[in-house]
Amino acid sequence: MAGQVATGSRSGLRSALPLLLPAYLWLTVAIFLPLSAMVFFSFMTELPLSGKAWAFTLENYAAFFSQGLYWTLLLASLRLGLEVTLWCVVIGYPAAYVLAKVLKGRSREAIFLLVILPFWSNGLVRIFSWAMVLREGGILDTALNAVLPFKINIDLMYSYPAVIIGLVHSYVPYMVLTCYLTLQAIDDSLIEAGRSLGASRLQMLRRVIIPLSMPGLVAGAALIFVPVVGSFMEPRILGGRTGTFYGTVIEDQFIAVFNWPLGAALSFILLAVVLIILAVASPVLRRAA
Amino acid sequence: MATTRILEWFGRIYIWLLLAFLYLPIIIMALMSFNVSPFYQLPFEWTTEWYASLWQNDQLISATWNSVKIAVITTVICTVLGTAASLALYRYEFRGKKFLQALLFPPIAIPWLITGTAMLIFFFGVGIGRGLFAILLGHVALALPYVIVVVSARLQTLAPELEEAARSLGANQWQVTSRVTLPWIMPGVIAGGLFAFAVSFDQFVVSYFLSTPGQTTLPVEIYAAIRKGFTPEINAVSTIIIVISMALMLLTARFFKFGGEK
Repeated sequence: MAGQVATGSRSGLRSALPLLLPAYLWLTVAIFLPLSAMVFFSFMTELPLSGKAWAFTLENYAAFFSQGLYWTLLLASLRLGLEVTLWCVVIGYPAAYVLAKVLKGRSREAIFLLVILPFWSNGLVRIFSWAMVLREGGILDTALNAVLPFKINIDLMYSYPAVIIGLVHSYVPYMVLTCYLTLQAIDDSLIEAGRSLGASRLQMLRRVIIPLSMPGLVAGAALIFVPVVGSFMEPRILGGRTGTFYGTVIEDQFIAVFNWPLGAALSFILLAVVLIILAVASPVLRRAA
Repeated sequence: MATTRILEWFGRIYIWLLLAFLYLPIIIMALMSFNVSPFYQLPFEWTTEWYASLWQNDQLISATWNSVKIAVITTVICTVLGTAASLALYRYEFRGKKFLQALLFPPIAIPWLITGTAMLIFFFGVGIGRGLFAILLGHVALALPYVIVVVSARLQTLAPELEEAARSLGANQWQVTSRVTLPWIMPGVIAGGLFAFAVSFDQFVVSYFLSTPGQTTLPVEIYAAIRKGFTPEINAVSTIIIVISMALMLLTARFFKFGGEK
């Protein structure tokens, strides 16, 4: 009986199947079939279920490529993703370094938990909390005017910076987490060796620490960039009228305009962009795993 | 070494600044839910009337119940199906295993906006439509990969010899699983279940596309309220949600080390 684990691959599958089937069947019905259906729908003129006549068409994709609006919005969303990712690197990487190399023992564990805790709490609520801070007559406005001798009006609400602040707040724990994991794996004696051989702090950072933690940086960047490009709730709440992005247009097609085939085409284009980005990042990611 | 110490102090201060950035908005939001002024005006005056008025809001209460019910059912289904799948991936070698493991990442990596709209289209097409059942179908699919990843991580720490020893002593498959394997991986299973609850309870995007006016969850209801305008009631219910989800994650952290330290 001990040989059960090591038996041939075909009987392995036979024993594994009953355990695997329920989970993968569920994933198929609720994720993989829907994604395929979306591709199918994106080539249709009408929804077949509403009883209307429908036909296959390339019109929905033609709409994307011929109307500058969707193209511009996709670029705006990509730019948003890039800016948020950069800010997350700038803010998150030093924090991950301090956590991995400066703090020790219980205080490190506690602070690490505190940093990633908000990440697992409700994203919608955290975006809403920024509305409290950024609105005119909000906390930031009141606090600054109480301290400064002159009157200033802070009204960041419903602006591009507000969207950036909200998104960075939402995603920076991801960057801290992934960078911390790779930084922590760097042997301290390696850093000591470099230092004793006469390398300056900056040289160590540039030649040793950053290259070794690259997988964490790339993983964090991919994990942040992808959802930010597809974000719609954050720009809606914090961006107001300036918060029109690719994601909000997709939302509109499904919730307000009811042009599902066009929405499906726009979603699929976004999916393609996302997959290309993940494919480009995957060699580095695999090295990290 | 004086420079090192100064740099270390800068590091510590920096971390506290980051924590302030992460927590101040949430704390301010929570404080405002206890403030008398409905327009968030200062000075601060203590009240619990906004929490009291939540009890009068039937729509909100029914949405809360929906959220709790869906999260509980999601947790049960995901824990059972996810643990079973992890066991199969741990015990057996077969062709296509790598592929099955890779299939767990699209649900995590693809933006919820895409998954949500795709589910909406498909569920409509096959006649499931929108509503609580569709939301449940979606939540389980979103949470399953997390459970499998977390339970599998715990299984990696189980020496295969342990299962083999039990078998050679005459235990059948069921006895091996229930007496040896499950007790060992229980912390992972609990952590996975808590993850599933959190994923479902906090899920907004997918629920948003799959809900109908009568059948919604709490985050969808909050989003609708926010878009109508800010009120202290939203602060109150948001504060309750954030306290619940943070408490959940603190509980999860007891069973699952996020840092992956060995």
